[in-house]
Amino acid sequence: MASATRPNQLLRNMSSKIASIPMALTAIVIFVGCTLWTVAYSFTGSRLLPRWRWVGLDQYDRLWDTDRWIISMQNLAIYGFCMMAFSLFLGFLMAALLDQKIRGENVFRTIFLYPYALSFVVTGLTWQWMLNPSFGLQKVVRDWGWESFTFAPLTNPDWAIYGVLMAGLWQGTGLVMVIMLAGLRGIDEDVWKAARVDGIPAWKTYVYIVIPMMRPIFVTAIVLVATAIIKVFDLIVAQTQGGPGLATEVPAKYVYEMMFRNQNLGQGFAASTMMLCFVLIIIVPWSIYEFGGRRNGR
Amino acid sequence: MAASSTNTPSGAKPKNTWTLGSVFVYGTLIILALYYLAPLYVMIVTSLKTLPEIRQGNVFALPDAVNLDAWFKAWATACTGLNCDGLSRGFWNSVIITVPSVIVSIAVASVNGYALANWPYRGANVFFTILIFGAFIPYQLMLYPIVIILRNLGVYGDLVGLIIVHTIFGMPILTLLFRNYFSSLPEELFKAARVDGAGFWGIFFKVMLPMSVPILVVAVILQITGIWNDFLFGIVYARPETYPMTVQLNNIVNSTFGEKEYNVNMAATILTGLVPLTVYFVSGKLFVRGIAAGAVKG
Repeated sequence: MASATRPNQLLRNMSSKIASIPMALTAIVIFVGCTLWTVAYSFTGSRLLPRWRWVGLDQYDRLWDTDRWIISMQNLAIYGFCMMAFSLFLGFLMAALLDQKIRGENVFRTIFLYPYALSFVVTGLTWQWMLNPSFGLQKVVRDWGWESFTFAPLTNPDWAIYGVLMAGLWQGTGLVMVIMLAGLRGIDEDVWKAARVDGIPAWKTYVYIVIPMMRPIFVTAIVLVATAIIKVFDLIVAQTQGGPGLATEVPAKYVYEMMFRNQNLGQGFAASTMMLCFVLIIIVPWSIYEFGGRRNGR
Repeated sequence: MAASSTNTPSGAKPKNTWTLGSVFVYGTLIILALYYLAPLYVMIVTSLKTLPEIRQGNVFALPDAVNLDAWFKAWATACTGLNCDGLSRGFWNSVIITVPSVIVSIAVASVNGYALANWPYRGANVFFTILIFGAFIPYQLMLYPIVIILRNLGVYGDLVGLIIVHTIFGMPILTLLFRNYFSSLPEELFKAARVDGAGFWGIFFKVMLPMSVPILVVAVILQITGIWNDFLFGIVYARPETYPMTVQLNNIVNSTFGEKEYNVNMAATILTGLVPLTVYFVSGKLFVRGIAAGAVKG
């Protein structure tokens, strides 16, 4: 019977399989194949062209001996930590304020989100200008009468990465706000009524009831922000070009320049493999939380 | 979906009078709004000033008179290296890249999503899972192998190459978007069409596609802003003659030659941001829906 209606397992649902070829190719050839290729060639001494000459962990030894890479990592850590903390805090604060049945909610939301529509290049150039020491914010405050005011992070190697952070927050916090707002709107009105009946102040309701209820939303926001942090590249290129000196170098820029400028492919592959490791550190626990827990009847 | 409930705030209900609480709420929102609006204001006023005016005043000062010279220069005669035909070249390159990339990526992803939702076959979900996790792999890992693939296809540096790249990297989010949308349509529709003898493509074009206008609009918004704002793929996979607007903008502003023309730079920056900003302001809620769809994982 079965063989009469289904002459060939492979030919069944053929159109659907043909239609899925682009997806299958992308998944297998690009996401799996290309990634494994890069990881494999990170163990070779490739320079101008990829060559299969095995050098073991030499590229990684060299990578972690390079000041520029170490500085890139430190910058990523500072930028990443601050970006995560501030964008979650500000994003939640903005969402909570917008959720107070206020007038002009749409206006405020539109204002908070518009930078997210702009590219990192536009963001970086705008903030390069805002933070310009001769004409930017520093000059504005000095013109107001505070002559000794100093605020020129982009010219100070110790503070430059925080100048980039200002731009990054400006661009990206709107996204966190939208996610948080969606989460807040998913909280049952009864929770608020019950809290009010019990006389619990609003801030306590947020901290002890609402935020714990929004845990999945926070996880989503953290994963999105974290992957964006690791990819940060165009913002730096536009705003500081990695400077002053090496003060705002980041791993993604190191990879790009090793591969396409310095003809040192092996280094680029090794550095990008390290980037993959960071992503795995974020993604593996998240997917266990997200998909492993569900099976255990969470 | 998250955005469907954005009209009904669920937070604590404020009292009708001007209490300390509401002063705090509106005060904080207004301060935040100023932080978000300041760069846009500064960009606009800077672009309308003359250079001597910029050197005298600060970034917040209003221009003495509206002067559009910087805009014309940014569009038509600003230099990148040896080319002095302004941003217009980059604008048209970006149009030529964005339009077909948006169409191709959505066409491919919508068919993929349809196949996954309505015509599942063994193994389909394996590809889909890889696709979704692949979205988190930093692009740096796939940059170089894709160069090799495009070179072998003979399209490295060409428009076709860029279209392929944008189709590949748009696929995870778009396939997710369409799969979820088609799954949410009533199954009876699909079954009725099957009974009437329609096949894979017949149902797609006659039943599904006419019903997917809302999701198509969301996908178009997502892709126009995403592809227009791309920088990394532009510098890696395009040639200097075909650089998109973002790359050209960066080259104009960060070129080390000659006097810095801040007004031209800001006019160029606004011009580059204009397309995604227009999409954002026109689309409103749909833009939010697009990014919310990206946030709600599969």
